Amino acid sequence: MKYLGIEPQKPKIAVFDFTGCEGCQLQLLNKEETLADFLSAVEIVCFREASSLCSDDYDIAIVEGAVSRNDEVKRLEKIRETAKVVVALGSCACFGGVNRLKNEFDLKAANKEVYGKDPKETINVRPVKDIIPVDIEIPGCPVSKAEVESLICHVVWDSPFQLPVYPVCVECKQRFTTCLFDIGQMCLGPITRAGCNAPCPAGGIGCWGCRGPAVEPNYKSFFAIVKEKGFSDIELKERLNFFGAFGEVNVS
Amino acid sequence: MLFKTIKKQDFFDVFLPDTQCIGPKKVGTNTNGKPIYQFLPFSSFDEIDLDYDTTEYSAKTYFLPYKETLSSFSFKDNDWTQEIKYRTRPRVIIGLHPCDINGLIKLDKVFEKTLFPNPYYITRRQNTFVVGIDCKEPCDGGFCSSVGANTVTHGFDLFLTDIGDRYFVKIGSDRAFNALQKIKTSEITKKDNEIYLQIRNKFEGSFEKTVHVENLPNLLDIEFESDVWRKWGEKCLSCGACAMVCPTCYCYGVTEHISMDFNKSDKIKQLYSCNLNDFAQVAGGHNFRPEPATRLKYRYYHQHRGFVESFGQPMCVGCNRCGRVCLAGINPTDVISDLQREQKR
Ligand code: SF4
Ligand code: SF4
Ligand code: SF4
Ligand code: SF4
Ligand code: SF4
Repeated sequence: MKYLGIEPQKPKIAVFDFTGCEGCQLQLLNKEETLADFLSAVEIVCFREASSLCSDDYDIAIVEGAVSRNDEVKRLEKIRETAKVVVALGSCACFGGVNRLKNEFDLKAANKEVYGKDPKETINVRPVKDIIPVDIEIPGCPVSKAEVESLICHVVWDSPFQLPVYPVCVECKQRFTTCLFDIGQMCLGPITRAGCNAPCPAGGIGCWGCRGPAVEPNYKSFFAIVKEKGFSDIELKERLNFFGAFGEVNVS
Repeated sequence: MLFKTIKKQDFFDVFLPDTQCIGPKKVGTNTNGKPIYQFLPFSSFDEIDLDYDTTEYSAKTYFLPYKETLSSFSFKDNDWTQEIKYRTRPRVIIGLHPCDINGLIKLDKVFEKTLFPNPYYITRRQNTFVVGIDCKEPCDGGFCSSVGANTVTHGFDLFLTDIGDRYFVKIGSDRAFNALQKIKTSEITKKDNEIYLQIRNKFEGSFEKTVHVENLPNLLDIEFESDVWRKWGEKCLSCGACAMVCPTCYCYGVTEHISMDFNKSDKIKQLYSCNLNDFAQVAGGHNFRPEPATRLKYRYYHQHRGFVESFGQPMCVGCNRCGRVCLAGINPTDVISDLQREQKR
């Protein structure tokens, strides 16, 4: 079938996991109604969650997880050499994710705390884009299924793939959610990229910024508002650091 | 206009039990201890509170949904078919204040009484039975009286004013007249008229917030380069919350959603806001309004200048919902007064 005169591609896809919980990979397989269609639209040559086979012949590499060991750096470089398109899947791959909290501590002490007498080789946590060029980023902890499906349409049909540029507030408001600031909670919605459909505020928990910054967030005004509402710098920093997505932002 | 009075307890018998009813429901309490209301579906009249002051959101989404499928395409062999569905199921909305009905009248101008009528809007609007009610007091920061939106004479089916144990009822449509045949109504007496006017006079005299909008379109032109825009623009988060809760903002974007079997595709409309970063970005990537201050300014220009040019009245109905939800404290009365001060200096 052609659509608008475009011949579909059946790209070869490989999925790789690095430091992360593999929850985003599971999102690829989530949603039974569309799973069979998803699997027949593309050719999966490497995917630990679905099969043990793995080939080095692929067009698109979907990388989940952050980098926290030297061997992971080498693996990533190899992937970049092979793949035409590299996709960073999920907040760990895009920003470092929760793993990045480790960077706040002394590495040796952290290693000892976690592994005791049997320390592992480890380096500071880094997002994929710090090691190799990334073509497409899909943030989220976990990623949204809708965005994964939109990515598949993009690689099969070359239809546009675009994340929302606007902040979570838009989607939050479109769900009739009462603003959490009104009931005394902090929320990173005004500076965080939408696309998740604001499940956290709708569920009564302020946004923790898992999707990273919206396009050109107004940090200065937002931080002033948060302080004026009575939250401390520490509370704010803790939240900004949680997914590692606001890494370099200065609170004061 | 036909007027009647109806005993309060009789009034609710007008509605059919199997029609969806929407009304002001209390959904929580804010940090100041004030109740928060939303227009939501209800099944029994004790779930709603017609004495509510204002709702956090307008009832716009029932006429212009935040998200709506405009059309669905199916592809088969080398052909395709298109399916379009309009929402025609009857619905009742009870408790809209004058500002919100005036908001609907403005949307009617844009989507119904225009060169290109919008069937999605019209089917929803015509199949919604609108019951309005007068406010008891001005809402927090509301300035509807400044923009002539504190009274309504049309755009509803029924309009109530609470006069104690009874409602003073304006009948605004044939279907409302027919519906009232089911219950006992009374003719208006001279005394009823007096009570009604007394209540309305008291309401109209109690506004704290006012702005002068008479010469605002010209003032906006003169103050195009004013620092006032920079001042408020620096605070703006470009979050779009204002447009989402506004009863009259109607901007939208359309995106294509292709099914995973690639045999279907939906065109989905989603409401948007002129404050969002890429609102004025065009093909090729150029953004005509890259700064938050410019985008904020154009929000005011559309509400208070552009719409006036097209329709002879502002688009804003003075509900101050935008002002209340704005985390940055940006609200129409302060912004407009600032501009007016600027001019006096
Ligand atoms: S709850 Fe959060 S996301 Fe929702 S409107 Fe308030 S700040 Fe924005
Ligand atoms: S609301 Fe915030 S924390 Fe929750 S899923 Fe969305 S971006 Fe992530
Ligand atoms: S004016 Fe307020 S509500 Fe509107 S976009 Fe700016 S910060 Fe958000
Ligand atoms: S611009 Fe603000 S005050 Fe005016 S109608 Fe919209 S929400 Fe209400
Ligand atoms: S341009 Fe702005 S003010 Fe006008 S309708 Fe659109 S969102 Fe509302």
